[in-house]
Amino acid sequence: MSLAVAPILVPLLFGALSLALWRYRIAQRVLGLVGTLTLLAVSIRLLQVVHAEGMVVLHMGGWAAPLGITLAVDMLGAIMVVLTGITGLAIALFSMGDTPERHEHFGYYPLMHLLLAGVAGSFVTGDIFNLYVWFEVMLIASFALLTLGGERAQMEGAIKYVTLNLFSSAIFLSAVGILYGLLGTLNMADIAQKIDQVENTALINVVAVMFMVAFGIKASAFPLFFWLPASYHTPLVGVSALFAGLLTKVGVYALFRMFTIVFDHDVAYTHEILIWVAGLTMLSGVLGAAAQYEFRRILSFHIVSQIGYMILGLALYTPLAIIGGVFYIMHHIIVKTTLFLVSGVTYRIAGTHELKDLGGFFRSRPMLSVLFLIPAFSLAGMPPLSGFFAKFIVIRAGVEAEAWGVTAVALLVGLLTLYSMTKIWAEVFWKAAPETESGEPAGQGSTVGLGWMYTAIGGLAACTLFIGLNGEPIYALAETAAEQLLNPDRYIQTVLEARP
Amino acid sequence: METLMAYIVGAMFAAAVYMMLRRSIVKLVIGLMLLSNAANLLIFTVAGMRQGAPPLVPEGAEVPASAVADPLPQALILTAIVIAFGVLAFSVVLIHRAYEVVGTDDLDRMKDTDT
Repeated sequence: MSLAVAPILVPLLFGALSLALWRYRIAQRVLGLVGTLTLLAVSIRLLQVVHAEGMVVLHMGGWAAPLGITLAVDMLGAIMVVLTGITGLAIALFSMGDTPERHEHFGYYPLMHLLLAGVAGSFVTGDIFNLYVWFEVMLIASFALLTLGGERAQMEGAIKYVTLNLFSSAIFLSAVGILYGLLGTLNMADIAQKIDQVENTALINVVAVMFMVAFGIKASAFPLFFWLPASYHTPLVGVSALFAGLLTKVGVYALFRMFTIVFDHDVAYTHEILIWVAGLTMLSGVLGAAAQYEFRRILSFHIVSQIGYMILGLALYTPLAIIGGVFYIMHHIIVKTTLFLVSGVTYRIAGTHELKDLGGFFRSRPMLSVLFLIPAFSLAGMPPLSGFFAKFIVIRAGVEAEAWGVTAVALLVGLLTLYSMTKIWAEVFWKAAPETESGEPAGQGSTVGLGWMYTAIGGLAACTLFIGLNGEPIYALAETAAEQLLNPDRYIQTVLEARP
Repeated sequence: METLMAYIVGAMFAAAVYMMLRRSIVKLVIGLMLLSNAANLLIFTVAGMRQGAPPLVPEGAEVPASAVADPLPQALILTAIVIAFGVLAFSVVLIHRAYEVVGTDDLDRMKDTDT
């Protein structure tokens, strides 16, 4: 068995096992931990192999490219799979302490595995239609996870989430169809090769923009992001954290993949659009966050604004900018998941997400405060944390490309992010706990399982510290990924010439 | 034939978007159904239509005798139909639950999570 298919098979297998053990909660929890740990292990191994060999290519069923479905893992794909493993493990740890029994009875763990399989599948596939299928696997699992619990807000959020994501899938599918009609192939490497021979650039641009819209909705880019802040704050905290960490980044990954390897024919046109999208996404996300006073809604809007930085890395389209984009994705997945998990702990203790009803956590939980400060400052881009380097690389690339306007926006948004984070800090941690009618501090929730939750948060916070303090090897990984993305010829050659 | 199909696909997309912009959640789901079918029909049309040439290899030969219809778009559509069926089944259950929980089928009254 090739290593390329392992990140898909492992979660599918553990998902099937959890389904078989539907009635046994303890077994499902253990499978959740073991499954995500195995996923992390195989993904790290995959990264090692990709690092050593450049790429791992697998032709499913022995059909050589471009006839069969090809799995092609390059450095970017391998990095993303490792991040999937890290996030999955953190969520499994957190769920040990936080998932109510009712949700576990309705298939929380099998759905989580299925979601991870869909995400990992999107990262390893080298076939455009297969990418659509993995998107749908991921979507259907996320639909079910989002509505698990069936509260009013979840239903309202889910209608928006489901509608816009299905709309994006339909555009994606149509674009795949048109591309097939033009080129007669679905293999990404083959598409990339044949697309240069098409003389009708205008038609290719239309298809490119269709892909941009489809992935833009998934990635929550301006002006297509409104489904995200309407739904991400409604489900269980573990589910929000998983979505926040991974789902939008699948859209960003798909943009990186398509707009480097495949659509590099008319950069002046496509990437010019992306620069505008990036700037407006950053700005509208952070301004949206400034107006919010609910913990998870603030964080949701910040996902949007951070997506802008990643797209900016892609849009500038210089080697340094792509490195910055990839570095940003790595940093963001870890930090954003941590912040959502912190909101889960404060919710558990105080029973609310509203900033005005929270307070006093610095006094009562100094440890948690530190665990919040690390990712929060990292998100805002304080040295020496991971976010500083991520922002620094992207902004430096902006300066070098002399894209002054969008670079200024990026700097301003960094400042506003700091404002949002200090707002949360002041309201949740610094100010005194609000008085309740009985005079007692509000809602002292159960502390059962807090240890698991702290373990998950602590592990992720350690990751962001590690990336910050030990940036060079991580930068080297991002550099390799960027180099591969900017040299599509090597990708094409490796995929098409690999032996089945 | 292609021209006619192009108009049909365009009309279906237009009808789908129109239905999705209505306020009723039932019409929203009807819009989603039309949308997925329009996308399938689009694949079918753009991949090239050919009548009376099934993709069969005669016995004893290695390749088909003459140009045949491309079977791949139909495989893609089949996959897409199955996926759309599953997702739409979910959406129908979702709007039913949403109607029960929220107590209205009017999208304009489902604004609690927007502000």
